[in-house]
Amino acid sequence: MIRSPYISDAPSVSTIMLKVLLALVPAIAVYVWMYGGGILVTLTLATLTAVMTEALMLKLRARPIKPFVTDYSAVITAWLLALAIPPLTPWWLIVVGTAFSIIVAKQLYGGLGYNPFNPAMVGYAVLLISFPVLMTKWPAALQLAQTPLSFADQFHFIMVGQLPQGVLMDAVTSATPLDYLKTQLKLNQEISHIQSAPLFGVLSGKGSEYVAVAYLLGGLYLWQQKIISWHLPSAFLGVLALFSAVFWLADANHFASPIFHLFSGASMLCAFFIITDPVSGPTTPRGKLYFAGGVAIITYLIRVYGGYPDGVAFAVIFMNICVPLIDAYTQPRVFGHEK
Amino acid sequence: MNAIVNIGKIFKFNGGVHPPENKTLSTQRPIAKLSLPESLVLPLRQHVGNIPKVKVNVGDHVLKGQLLAEAEGMVSAAIHAPTSGTITEIADAIIPHPSGLPDHCITLQPDGLDTWIAHEGVDWRNAERRLLVNSLRLSGIVGLGGATFPTHVKLRPDGKSGVHTLVINAAECEPYITCDDMLMRERAAEIVQGIAIAQHFLGATKVMIGIEDNKPEAIVAMQHAVANTTMQVVVVPTLYPSGDARRLVHLLLGEEIPHNKRATEMGIQVFNVATVLALHRYFDFGEPCLQRIVSMTGNVNQPQNFEVLFGTPLSHLIQAAGGAKADTTHYIMGGPMMGFNLPNTNVPITKAANCIIAATPHLFAPPPPAMPCIRCARCADVCPVSLQPQELYWFAKSDNFEKAREYNLFDCIECGACSYVCPSNIPLVQYYRYAKSEIIASDKAKEAADLARERNEARLARIEREKLERAQKHAERAQAAKAESNKEVGAEQQATPDNDAKKAAIAAAIERAKAQKLSNADHEAKPDVPAKTSPSIESEAVANADEAKKAAIAAAIARAKAQKAAALATGEAPKNVEFTSKAVQQEVADIEARRQAVGLVPAEQASSVQTDKQAAIAAAIAREKAQKAAAELAKLAESSDKKE
Repeated sequence: MIRSPYISDAPSVSTIMLKVLLALVPAIAVYVWMYGGGILVTLTLATLTAVMTEALMLKLRARPIKPFVTDYSAVITAWLLALAIPPLTPWWLIVVGTAFSIIVAKQLYGGLGYNPFNPAMVGYAVLLISFPVLMTKWPAALQLAQTPLSFADQFHFIMVGQLPQGVLMDAVTSATPLDYLKTQLKLNQEISHIQSAPLFGVLSGKGSEYVAVAYLLGGLYLWQQKIISWHLPSAFLGVLALFSAVFWLADANHFASPIFHLFSGASMLCAFFIITDPVSGPTTPRGKLYFAGGVAIITYLIRVYGGYPDGVAFAVIFMNICVPLIDAYTQPRVFGHEK
Repeated sequence: MNAIVNIGKIFKFNGGVHPPENKTLSTQRPIAKLSLPESLVLPLRQHVGNIPKVKVNVGDHVLKGQLLAEAEGMVSAAIHAPTSGTITEIADAIIPHPSGLPDHCITLQPDGLDTWIAHEGVDWRNAERRLLVNSLRLSGIVGLGGATFPTHVKLRPDGKSGVHTLVINAAECEPYITCDDMLMRERAAEIVQGIAIAQHFLGATKVMIGIEDNKPEAIVAMQHAVANTTMQVVVVPTLYPSGDARRLVHLLLGEEIPHNKRATEMGIQVFNVATVLALHRYFDFGEPCLQRIVSMTGNVNQPQNFEVLFGTPLSHLIQAAGGAKADTTHYIMGGPMMGFNLPNTNVPITKAANCIIAATPHLFAPPPPAMPCIRCARCADVCPVSLQPQELYWFAKSDNFEKAREYNLFDCIECGACSYVCPSNIPLVQYYRYAKSEIIASDKAKEAADLARERNEARLARIEREKLERAQKHAERAQAAKAESNKEVGAEQQATPDNDAKKAAIAAAIERAKAQKLSNADHEAKPDVPAKTSPSIESEAVANADEAKKAAIAAAIARAKAQKAAALATGEAPKNVEFTSKAVQQEVADIEARRQAVGLVPAEQASSVQTDKQAAIAAAIAREKAQKAAAELAKLAESSDKKE
């Protein structure tokens, strides 16, 4: 019987997923440094929930548990979701979100390789729609907070829902730069004035801009390791920059700069870790450009004209729907065939 | 490496992989000649195409180089006795084939004398090319790169090949295999002789020898050998599968051979180095194809290249290589990318056997269990044909064969690069092989159904035609009779206009009665009546002026009918085709269609609704036939191309 090829040289699925997790570590470190250790609690909760629900669903679906749990794809979903939602939220929020991601968005569609939507983004969208207030309570960077919380305080708040005595919620949270920009623009403030507020840093928001840079570095590592191709991040960041540049150049008083958009919100996380999910994304090189460009345009439109401060999750989910179409119309020319 | 090793302009193809070469294993020792084994088992089918016809019987004593089986049909290759000895058996035996199934084999017991049959070279530069190419049919030479396509099929005897460029495939891109490498190192001059022969036959003005840059010794040897010729040694980067004919042509010439065309149609012919060497041995010395170089490598004690007579059992070869190491589990024929497991060590070495690898789980670990496809598209990145393997896998897995075909499944060369890089360890190539075989099987079933329908249509057409032919024959006879009677009547009427009127009236009465009787007897053949009326009766009958008039009308009708029938006959004559070959049928159909198009046929047919309908049916049949023939041609072209 023909079994060839007898040799192979490929990283296993587990190796690929572990490298993605590794690429997230610098950003998590910066996150902890900027916002405190609360994120480690939500990451742990998310990871445990993901692994347990994945195992449970595999058992219910009568699939082998070990090879699929150790492919670490569920852990990636958990980490992406935990990094996408505010870190100072009650424990059950991340648990519900992760469980929904794994059970509904992934396993009910057939598990690894079969989910049409990015599971983390589905979980995020469900949480955002169901718990809008909790989902917009972002902690202020430690250097900006009136009363910086210790790790123990953060842990206590996440698990029990109580802040230390005498500390008000408003004292530990703050608007995100994107949120602040949006509300201030509605109040007819000009960009130059808005960005002079203390929560703005050099690139975007104080604190969050460093996390964004760390995502960028992690993404470059993935590119160097050939885990992701250049197409998706380049097209996403390129189109986002181009789009925001056009508006910014036309009216710099009412539209934020491209740099601000590139380093705000979930831009960098999206460019290197979210749209690069191979399962729910397109496979052709040209398709990747269209897909990422589409996500960038929708993200920008939601940020500027939509009802939410950031639009990555909805943009990704919408473009996920378009993937079969994109793939079908971007087939590369086959050797020896006419275009 | 030195200055003469330069990489010229190279046209890259998409993807490709670079597996560990493992070639130095078997290049440490020179090519050795393998001793005579105790018996040789020669499979009749060692090539692509028809099984050759056996020309010897059990018990016959044969000489080395004697023809044992001759090529049967166009695509087939002869088999010769690799040494002198006795034919001991002609029966089924296990052959080295992926199926592991037995096939017809001739067993030869060597007498140890190795006595040659009388043979001599020819002055090929001055001999008639046509005769030379025809004689190639007797050489048993096939593509020795592993594809085993009979070489004589690739050389057109009329010398009008239209080939301007001869590409010599010396890339040898698969890991472990070194038979071409060693051949070039040791016999470069002979190879160049062979290339000269191929170039002469093809009338090619340009010769490019493509060698991967991981064979510096071979490159130097070949460059030295071509020094005083116009041949060009082109070094290509080591990248699997650069040895695939279409990939190599693209690397060297920047030309993509269209998927539905063969290289020859583009004026390019590709030969393997070992094949041209065989041409040299045949034309310069009269030696048919009896042996080849085989790399015996992998988990053996002394990996080496051997010159092996066809039919030599694998066990003999293993022994010559110092025997297999203890942990050897099985043997692979070909390379690790495209080879297959051999069923046992008794299988004979054939024309296709370029390399045998002794395998252990240590060298070739069994693949871990397959995971689901995560659509990472690494397979698409490395596909040398720019296919989308992940889509093809999806379609093949879900038995969505039409879609797989639409996504150019049949352009897949099964090189295995996709599986090689798959993180999920999916045996992608197996899925493609499965889908291809399913599609081919269903196409065949459809073809059989079409053939049955066509046969039925042809039968109905034949019945119709025979009916018309009968009518025509009758009409002709009637016309002849009419002409005769007209003469008589004219003469009689002129001579005795009134006297004979009475007689004629009586005769007419008799004739009428007879005619009535006839029409009663055979009234389904009403139009036949005038013809069946014999001339003698008629001559009597038409004396009467009235009757004459009637007869004239009848004759006119008959004439018209005859004309119509004749027209139909010319139009329909080519319908007598159900026992002719497809090609002839096609030609006939084409002519018919053309004639109809230019209006050669239809003037009279158009007058009749019925014939119109027939013409329409005929045209439809012709159309269908043309389509089918075209499809078949395309398929043929494709299959022969793959084997280059």
